[in-house]
Amino acid sequence: MLITRRAEFSASHVCAQPALSADQNREIYGAASNPSGHGHNYVLEVTVEGEPDAATGMVFDLKKLKDLIQQTVLDPMDHRFLNYEVPPFDKIVPTTENVAREIWRRLEPHFEAGRAHLNNIRLYETEDLYVDYSGEHR
Amino acid sequence: MRVTRRYRFAASHRLHSAALTEDENRELYGKCSNPYGHGHDYVLDVTAVGPVSELSGQVVHVATLDRLVSEQVLNDFDHRYLNADLGEFKSAVPTSENIIRVIEDRLIARWRETFPGEWPRLEGIRLRETKRNVFELKS
Repeated sequence: MLITRRAEFSASHVCAQPALSADQNREIYGAASNPSGHGHNYVLEVTVEGEPDAATGMVFDLKKLKDLIQQTVLDPMDHRFLNYEVPPFDKIVPTTENVAREIWRRLEPHFEAGRAHLNNIRLYETEDLYVDYSGEHR
Repeated sequence: MRVTRRYRFAASHRLHSAALTEDENRELYGKCSNPYGHGHDYVLDVTAVGPVSELSGQVVHVATLDRLVSEQVLNDFDHRYLNADLGEFKSAVPTSENIIRVIEDRLIARWRETFPGEWPRLEGIRLRETKRNVFELKS
């Protein structure tokens, strides 16, 4: 069974690589490479997979999941400039793909082996663009 | 990793099969076979899949995907009467099932020249005819 918790955060970023010229960055990232950055209202959907516990009737404690998302994602990222304030985005480009993967990396270690596990991270950068990440090999 | 991009187009159509009688068409398609057609605000989700490029941090260059979808789909479908304006629907009834197949064919026809490497690949498309009717195809 899959359960999904939704959360929102607002953050700014700039998509550009220092090693490339302004023209090359514009070619790859378009307006997202404008040097002073810009922001989004990100919508995050965290999906957990497992079987309901016989005693509690729950796959995973949603309050616990809410707190986990709050501590590992929202507290560090909400109302921040990702490139300047949220490592590793001082070193890697905060594309939606890389932000989704970083969120997975932050959440995944909190799930115990043999119990409910992290199934998918869906990150909407806008209503019209989102990525799904289910781990490196899926 | 999968990246999904959402597009929209407005189009009209009429569900009417030449192989059926007027009564049979009315029975099968109901008001969707009214003679002058009717329209929808279609929502089209296109999903690409692939590894994240170490260079760009991207699975797909979204502006390139936008151009492909515009040239192959939106430019021909948006604000058109599908039955009359698109060759594919001269013979096939423009049900959403047939529309989504045509869209997939059109994207696949130019996918490789648009994205020459092994990745990204077309993972699937989803077509929303109305909020209550959604159609999905895995490529």
